Amino acid sequence: MILVATRKGAWIFHGDSARKTWRADGPHFLGHIINHLVLDPRDGRTLLAAAKTGHLGPTIFRSLDRGRTWKEAARPPAFAKAGDGAPGRAVNHTFWLTPGHASEPGVWYAGTSPQGLFRSDDGGINWAPFSYINDDPQFRTWMGSVQDGTPDGPKLHSIIVDPRDPAHLYFAMSGGGVHESVNGGRAFTPLVQGMHVVEGFEAGNLAFHDPHCIRLCPSNPDRLYQQNHCGIYRLDRPSRQWTRIGLNMPKQIGDIGFPLVVHPRDADTAWVFPMDGSNVWPRTSPGGKPAVYVTHNGGRRWQRQDSGLPAREAWWTVKRQAMAADGGDPVGIYFGTSSGELWASRTGGARWHCIARHLPEIYAVETAGTP
Amino acid sequence: MRVLIPTSLHSYTRKAWVEAGGATLGDLVADLDRQYPGIRFRMIDEQGCMRPHIRFFVNGGQSFDLSQPLRPADELLIVQALSGG
Repeated sequence: MILVATRKGAWIFHGDSARKTWRADGPHFLGHIINHLVLDPRDGRTLLAAAKTGHLGPTIFRSLDRGRTWKEAARPPAFAKAGDGAPGRAVNHTFWLTPGHASEPGVWYAGTSPQGLFRSDDGGINWAPFSYINDDPQFRTWMGSVQDGTPDGPKLHSIIVDPRDPAHLYFAMSGGGVHESVNGGRAFTPLVQGMHVVEGFEAGNLAFHDPHCIRLCPSNPDRLYQQNHCGIYRLDRPSRQWTRIGLNMPKQIGDIGFPLVVHPRDADTAWVFPMDGSNVWPRTSPGGKPAVYVTHNGGRRWQRQDSGLPAREAWWTVKRQAMAADGGDPVGIYFGTSSGELWASRTGGARWHCIARHLPEIYAVETAGTP
Repeated sequence: MRVLIPTSLHSYTRKAWVEAGGATLGDLVADLDRQYPGIRFRMIDEQGCMRPHIRFFVNGGQSFDLSQPLRPADELLIVQALSGG
């Protein structure tokens, strides 16, 4: 399955065993802004959708039958009520959903805009603020204000649970840096060493760090990749020093972008979708010629993958959640554009074909296997 | 009292007009949430503020105050102002 979240609803694409033909199931929640649609890999049937409309408050919808029926969460993510006279924050939308550790069925994490970290212990029915960061003065400084965030609000994203240890967590904030906990969220420490910030800003101030997407390699959980506002990075733990592997990208393409995808079985292989980061930051495919770039050696070299994609005049934007890999062999790669096209490769990016056109603006693409 | 629900919230009530009660506007919204769980949070945020495009009209007069007293004979219109594309 390919789970597609858009600005106007969600679609589920069911593929055949060869991943050649796809059947569209949707729209679900037509008219709702769906920021993320994720299947629980622990039971293979629970779907969570982060939803709001343009005018109503945010919520979470849950399905226990892979999208056939839906029910709303009883208590969606919401900040604590502020004390008398104190400025309080309200969740505008839930942006990111991460299923918990395999040993903790029912646990989910959510990242919101403005930045907040939430957890559910009952499969997404009831949500509560998680850890201390939502109201911590230091974190609030790093989070900045609405004026410091992305155009539709600052976001907490890339919540990662170490598959070896449910107490080992990462998350990232745009802006606000990358943070790690080794004790189940009792404490988080910044993890930004080596990450660049926009020229003229102080790298020592976490508010200026803008990680766009962090991925942990399932085949080597000590390796993380990152697509940042300022480059592509790799981190091999226990080191705390990110290495800018994007400097090995072709100079005329650069290493700016939003999504990053890792191979399910090969920690040396990752894919990015470069964007134009020049001048006013068009954030479109450089030169109007879209391409995926892949590395097979941890970022030392990158290869262009554009076979089947438009050769020119395609000014695409692919958002940070809108690219994903499946578990197939060869691995399938999928991405959705802000112009509503869903593309797939059954060959690890070697050859691309379009699955769907004319969808609403695509916010997120996830994959899920057959139960 | 009679309460008109905007179409965007009919997924909760399944109808346009419902009955709800309360001594204040806030109490009435709480009663709506008891009858239709989840509907309050779509209209009122966690800080107790009306969401930007939700408007309440009591007997034709707009109210921004959840503490406004209500009488059983009042009529409440909840309006969701649409904007954007």
